[in-house]
Amino acid sequence: MYGNDFPGEDPPGGLLGEVEAAEAALRAAAQQDRDAAGPGTDLAAYFAQVVDADQKIEPRDWMPEAYRRTLIRQIAQHAHSEIIGMQPEGNWISRAPSLKRKAILLAKVQDEAGHGLYLYAAAETLGISRDELVDLLLDGRQKYSSIFNYPTLSWADVGAIGWLVDGAAIVNQVPLCRCSYGPYARAMIRVCKEESFHQRQGYEILHVLAHGTPAQRAMAQDAVDRWWYPSLAMFGPPDGDSTHSAQSMAWKIKRFSNDELRQRFVDMCVGQAEVLGLAIPDPGLRWNDERQAYDFTQPDYAELMRVISGDGPCNRERIAHRRRAHAEGAWVREAAAAYAAKQRNKKKEMVAA
Amino acid sequence: MNGPFAFTLALGDDALIAAQRLAEWTTRAPEMEEDIALANIALDQLGAARLLLSYAGELEGAGRDEDALAYLREDREFRNCLLVELPNGDFAVTMAKLLVLSAYQLPLYTALAGCPDERLAAIGAKARKESAYHLDHATLWVKRLGDGTEESHRRMQSGIDQVWPYAHELFAARPDTPVDPATLRAEFDAAVGAVLAEATIAVPDSGWAPAGGRDGVHTEHLSYLLAEMQVLHRAHPGAHW
Repeated sequence: MYGNDFPGEDPPGGLLGEVEAAEAALRAAAQQDRDAAGPGTDLAAYFAQVVDADQKIEPRDWMPEAYRRTLIRQIAQHAHSEIIGMQPEGNWISRAPSLKRKAILLAKVQDEAGHGLYLYAAAETLGISRDELVDLLLDGRQKYSSIFNYPTLSWADVGAIGWLVDGAAIVNQVPLCRCSYGPYARAMIRVCKEESFHQRQGYEILHVLAHGTPAQRAMAQDAVDRWWYPSLAMFGPPDGDSTHSAQSMAWKIKRFSNDELRQRFVDMCVGQAEVLGLAIPDPGLRWNDERQAYDFTQPDYAELMRVISGDGPCNRERIAHRRRAHAEGAWVREAAAAYAAKQRNKKKEMVAA
Repeated sequence: MNGPFAFTLALGDDALIAAQRLAEWTTRAPEMEEDIALANIALDQLGAARLLLSYAGELEGAGRDEDALAYLREDREFRNCLLVELPNGDFAVTMAKLLVLSAYQLPLYTALAGCPDERLAAIGAKARKESAYHLDHATLWVKRLGDGTEESHRRMQSGIDQVWPYAHELFAARPDTPVDPATLRAEFDAAVGAVLAEATIAVPDSGWAPAGGRDGVHTEHLSYLLAEMQVLHRAHPGAHW
């Protein structure tokens, strides 16, 4: 009963179709026998062969140490983003303007916690524990998406986050459904399906506001004005400055460059903004017939770097909030552990007796 | 105020205010799994609230829908029990509240499922399954905290001590309603008593029995809760969302 009642088609782009295709490919890969010779003695060659053949690397397979470290970093940051990302939207649960919207938002934030759990579980297959990863987040040694350092100042921001932020996340994540590491690819298929649902719900919020009272319409436009560039910046620095790209592409962790994905996102949003009747805040936005794509003004990458390095509007609050929840919950986790130990002892005594 | 409208409204208000408080935990729970569980329970309560308030609006026949009832009444018009409006406190207080609420709602919704009003019966049949899950969740935590560490035991006892007096109001006799809550007290005492015993928590011995929620005479907490819940809706009269 939580929504799914947006009248009309999926926003254009066909990204869910790509997710379905990736899922089919994943099943096919699982059924197909790998090289009959097996890993043999040349583990590196076998790894390269599996990646080249678009097969999946699984937790027990040998993998280069740098591949493992890159994946841990990327999956953990992704998981952290889901957990920190609950805060900006969670900020509006208590004030949601109708009971239906409150239910949808609560369900959405709950889904994000679930995505965080899938992703931590995927990271754990690489030989690191969730507790270690959480400590890395709380100590500021691992990052989360820059976008969650922006504040949600009106109800329309909840809609803009669904449409733009989840939209950008989906464009970024759909190619990861085909990434070479099996557990990550499988987690992304589940995540992308749910994110695409969230994106539609966000779009619907904005659609209602854009067709509502003048004050609601102004609220919607203001939210799009504030979230457009932070969303474009989610794709990361321009290709020339991206440090991890080349190796990640070779390992088939990444499939497209930051700039390619950003272009795909802009092209997708323009038509959707027209249907909404809201303006994208970029005077330089225009169709380029030669490129068959939209020209647009790049985000301020200096701002992106400031936000990533800790000086965005909400960095301090977001981390302080997470640390506080963790610290205030310590006695509860200790109690659960102590109780479980007592129960185990009781069982042992019963078996002994 | 009496009759089916008042009864349905009171149950809807219980669920709505409980949902609002539980949802405050989102992003603050001691574990990620618990964040999910509390949001889940909040969603169940909100779902029940929407069904009950929609039906209350129909019974009233004055054209008020779930949102008119949730967003456009003042605290003197709310009929929820005091228990659900109490602040969350620490995790032990929240679990004490959830234990009492779910051990009340489970037999209530179960009895409702057999009542002659078909709409209320359908709501009761749906909600009792959810209440059984809520009671199970609260039971597990009260045991873990009560029989966990010294500190968790102290906090769990304190949580129960704070919350216990508010249980009386839940079972005040209302013989004119589809389910008289007074008839549910024995089942409640048996269920909660067993949980507390296993959790090594003493049943508080206090004669204090605060009440008034069913007459719209609340604690000082409710007005703040409503101010936050209603602020946006009230700022845009007549708007759709």
